[in-house]
Amino acid sequence: MKLKQLSLFLENRPGQLRAPCEMLAAAGIDLLTMSLADTAQFGILRFIVRDPEHARQVLEQAGMVVKVTEVVPVEVENRPGGLAEVLARIEEAGLGVEYMYDFGAASRGGKAAIIFRFEDPDRALAALKAAGVRILAGEELLGK
Amino acid sequence: MSTWNDPPGGFHPISAPDYLPRPQLAGIQLQRLQSVVTRAYERVPLFRSRLEERGLKPASIGSLTEIASLPFTVKTDLRDTYPFGLFASPMEEIVRLHASSGTTGKPIVVAYTQSDLDVWSEVMVRSFVACGLHRGDVIQNAYGYGLFTGGLGAHYGAEALGATVIPISGGNTERQLMVMADFGVTALCCTPSYFLHLLESAKEMKIDFSRLRVGVFGAEPWSDSMRERIQEESGIRAYDIYGLSEIIGPGVGVECRDQRGLHIFEDHFYPEIIDPESGEVLPDGAEGELVLTTLSKQAMPMIRYRTRDVTALVSEPCACGRTLRRIRRIGRRSDDMVIIRGVNVFPSQVETALLRVEGTLPHYQIVLTREKGLDQMEVKVEVTSEVFSDEIRKLESLQHQLEASIENILGLRVKVTLVQPRSLARSEGKAKRVTDLRNV
Repeated sequence: MKLKQLSLFLENRPGQLRAPCEMLAAAGIDLLTMSLADTAQFGILRFIVRDPEHARQVLEQAGMVVKVTEVVPVEVENRPGGLAEVLARIEEAGLGVEYMYDFGAASRGGKAAIIFRFEDPDRALAALKAAGVRILAGEELLGK
Repeated sequence: MSTWNDPPGGFHPISAPDYLPRPQLAGIQLQRLQSVVTRAYERVPLFRSRLEERGLKPASIGSLTEIASLPFTVKTDLRDTYPFGLFASPMEEIVRLHASSGTTGKPIVVAYTQSDLDVWSEVMVRSFVACGLHRGDVIQNAYGYGLFTGGLGAHYGAEALGATVIPISGGNTERQLMVMADFGVTALCCTPSYFLHLLESAKEMKIDFSRLRVGVFGAEPWSDSMRERIQEESGIRAYDIYGLSEIIGPGVGVECRDQRGLHIFEDHFYPEIIDPESGEVLPDGAEGELVLTTLSKQAMPMIRYRTRDVTALVSEPCACGRTLRRIRRIGRRSDDMVIIRGVNVFPSQVETALLRVEGTLPHYQIVLTREKGLDQMEVKVEVTSEVFSDEIRKLESLQHQLEASIENILGLRVKVTLVQPRSLARSEGKAKRVTDLRNV
């Protein structure tokens, strides 16, 4: 099952990361996981929350540009070689990975969750299921 | 009175018109004005229709002050009639074309007959003489050669003066310094900011340019404090030269040894100062927009051309003896044009470039800085939801496309920086698009 991820544009200067985090905190929104991509000039903060629509409204009202994209949470064995096996399936299926990051809080019971951003999430979902890779359900990660 | 930088002969015959008694100069001006107005009326449809709208004929101009009844020519007229619509000579008589950037994608084109080129060389000789140059001087011409009028204008003027010209053109600092030292260069033509850069590099490379005596600097605004710095650090005399392609190129006006304003070569270029809002002519001494009329141009007469440069006319006699009126050094413009490395840049050009890439116009700001003596232009562009992506490479590609689009229109390499939405200052009314941090 696909998850909705939010992305924010941040200039590469002090205080830029704190501002959106404080806005989310004030609205009582919990950041479940996040990843920050950076270049010399700017960064992109990508994160997952339980209610992406609410978070988006909060940030947009504050004048931020928010992008919602679909990402795929993939279960990975939490042992040496676990990720490499999944990546091999992805490669065999001819899927392009834009970026990926760990869904930290989900690592339990010998399983880890990795968030993948594919060029074409729908095709990726079908191809991974067919290759026997377990895709996590939203409830498993976000809780209820 | 004689000073250390006067030519050995003291006086160059070509400079004689610099010293005409004012009444005699006015006679020449009126005769030439009537002749150029007639020429434009007979040969340039746009000018003719504008006179007819006002019920005017060339014969209506009976005195110099009546020039105020004539319509202005503005930069967009050159764009609207692109490329050859304002020419008053057939192509068989036109021997040179130059071009400079206009307010949108298309450049503006200017034309010269052989007689126009002769006038241009003449005013450049008179400019060099005013700066204390003469035969025997070795002039390194670091203005760009090409469509830009700076390079060839200074080149032919220096040759006509009888000096030795090194047509090195712009760029390649190390070679500039090597030539300056090895060839015994005594005078240099370039932008003042580039000279500061040469000066710093010369110190680092321990290059001796003690024979350099004079700098003829133009094509960008610079201040008296910058001149003091240049003169103190280098020991040369630094002179401001003024010109614009629409009128002829460099050589419309120049400083003399007194360095208190630029003498306008009034026998060829008739200056007026107007209120930029009302268009009314202001008296000498009042600050306003400089308007120039070419009195002797054939291929492309410009009648009351609005330069957008803000200055004042100084009619008090000059200690150098020239009777030509002076303008104060140009500090600002009455429109939003900026000059970067000799290139005219209008925010509207940047807007066109941004629109081409993004489809809609984002909020943006132009920031000008000077690094190592070279003007740098940065365009800050706010990221909109239409163009924002969660992928770095898409944003970097956007940034590169914006840079390429601007370079394509301006012919100038710029840096584009993506910034957060709503991070650029909003002003009430007219947006302030340009932040100039060059401290000129």
